[in-house]
Amino acid sequence: MQLESLYQEIILDHYKHPHGRGLRDATEPDDRVGEAHHVNPTCGDEVTVRVATDGEVLHDVSYDGMGCSISQASASVLHELLTGRDTAEAYRVHEAFVALLSGRGQVTPDEEVLGDGVAFEGVARYPARVKCALLPWMAFKDAAARAGVGASPSEVKA
Amino acid sequence: MTTIAIPSGMPQYDDVPRYDVAAVRADFPILDREINGHPLVYLDSANTSHKPRQVLDVLREHYERHNANVSRSVHTLGTEATEAYEAARGKVATFVNAPSADEVVFTKNSTEAINLVAYAFSNASLRSAAAASSAPSRASGTDERFRLGPGDEIVISEMEHHSNIVPWQLLAERTGATLRWFPVTDNGRLDESGLADLVNERTKIVSLVHMSNILGTVNATARITARVREVGALLLLDCSQSVPHMPIDVVDLDADFIVFTGHKMCGPTGIGVLWGRAELLAAMPPVLGGGSMIETVSMGGSTFAAPPARFEAGTPPIAEAVALGAAVDYLTGLGMRAIQWHEKQLTAYALDALGSVPGLRIFGPEVPVGRGGTISFALADVHPHDVGQVLDSLGVQVRVGHHCARPVCTRFGVPAMTRASFYLYTTTDEIDALVAGLEQVRKVFG
Repeated sequence: MQLESLYQEIILDHYKHPHGRGLRDATEPDDRVGEAHHVNPTCGDEVTVRVATDGEVLHDVSYDGMGCSISQASASVLHELLTGRDTAEAYRVHEAFVALLSGRGQVTPDEEVLGDGVAFEGVARYPARVKCALLPWMAFKDAAARAGVGASPSEVKA
Repeated sequence: MTTIAIPSGMPQYDDVPRYDVAAVRADFPILDREINGHPLVYLDSANTSHKPRQVLDVLREHYERHNANVSRSVHTLGTEATEAYEAARGKVATFVNAPSADEVVFTKNSTEAINLVAYAFSNASLRSAAAASSAPSRASGTDERFRLGPGDEIVISEMEHHSNIVPWQLLAERTGATLRWFPVTDNGRLDESGLADLVNERTKIVSLVHMSNILGTVNATARITARVREVGALLLLDCSQSVPHMPIDVVDLDADFIVFTGHKMCGPTGIGVLWGRAELLAAMPPVLGGGSMIETVSMGGSTFAAPPARFEAGTPPIAEAVALGAAVDYLTGLGMRAIQWHEKQLTAYALDALGSVPGLRIFGPEVPVGRGGTISFALADVHPHDVGQVLDSLGVQVRVGHHCARPVCTRFGVPAMTRASFYLYTTTDEIDALVAGLEQVRKVFG
């Protein structure tokens, strides 16, 4: 096994220096805020994701949680990739990330779409860790739905 | 010439039975495996143990030579299968010094065994309630000891496996009884300071883990048993982690029920044991209904077989039971005292070695006394998943997570722990490999 393919520098970097960590209130007066708390019952990892949006643009995707390097780095990447995006675009990124992680290592990620998210390509080869990477993204989907954007959160099983 | 006299009473351990670990390891084919280019270092036996060839051979031979259903055939194969199944019951009974083989009920695992007792309580309580409302003149036939209702109490502890928490939470919900628990001390011992209040005349059952699957603590049960007897409650001990590792004598333990599971003691999965005092099993209503557990059935109603058959509805795990009998033979051949001593030495060695790792915190007793060879720890603030992943890349198999004992993690303020657990085939070299692996973890996440 190539441990380096799992723990890529980008992932360790996001883990040690998380971007945008901490739950924040909405700064735009017209924003709706949705929040979701997800737990991985097998390991006890937890993440809370909060989305502030006017329905068009995700003004902020903030989060807090505790867990392994994969789940925490994934939350950091989630924040970085989706904050400031318009909602349709955000869902395209979401879809691409889920497709990458569900691909058992057979999906080649598009860096244009996924940015630092491409570093999770190696995680997809470790079935036991896929849930860790998806935890914040599934919480995001619930939070966004509660803020009034996006589809039903039950489409993808995490 | 002077000789130094050994003070009397000083143990020399010369009389301790021992065995050759290398020879024992040769019995376990899986121990030859390589994992990620490294020799397998299996430190997850508290999760499930490996199986020696002697057990695997019996499993195969049963299916190849003696396969038939039990307790319902006059033909030769049926007779052979029944004899093998019942012989296994006898072996298990002898193994835990049960006064009679009829006190051994085969279940799927410990979880099912605990649920069986919990549902017997629930059925007894429902039955007495129904009898009271529909026909007050007719005796319900329900034993008072199994009747639960509002005001009654069930006592467990904070160090239980989920399988000894959730069935009692559900039972409390069904009956209106109250669930209470012993706390855990900072050292990972059972806090008995509130015993007199916690176990009182309202207590109907105390269900306690004998050895913790996460802290490794072996609970001294004598004071609790004495209190349970004083108030007239029942005592169930979850021996899932103790029966595989030390001599267990149900007469000595003076419990009312014990449960354990085959796969943690060199046996196959799918077979577990409920041991109960004959008199109590006889007083318990059935739980699962079906074939083999009846005396006679008519469309108007049924009467039930005596224990253990009363609690073994349907075709049981026959080959698994027979193989568990072989596992018991294997363990008895090595000697439970020898296994216990081997693991005590490993535990002392491991506590010492892990203590040398910078930033490592052990949860549970840090001395090899009143504890078994299951050690949970944290490595600085590296998440256990990451610890386990790096160790796996080096062939070292440990368990990470909340170990189905989430209240213990909460008690110690962590979301998860890393756990190394030993068995009769574990070597000090494997503990060295763990310690070397932890150095690697520190390098990756330092």
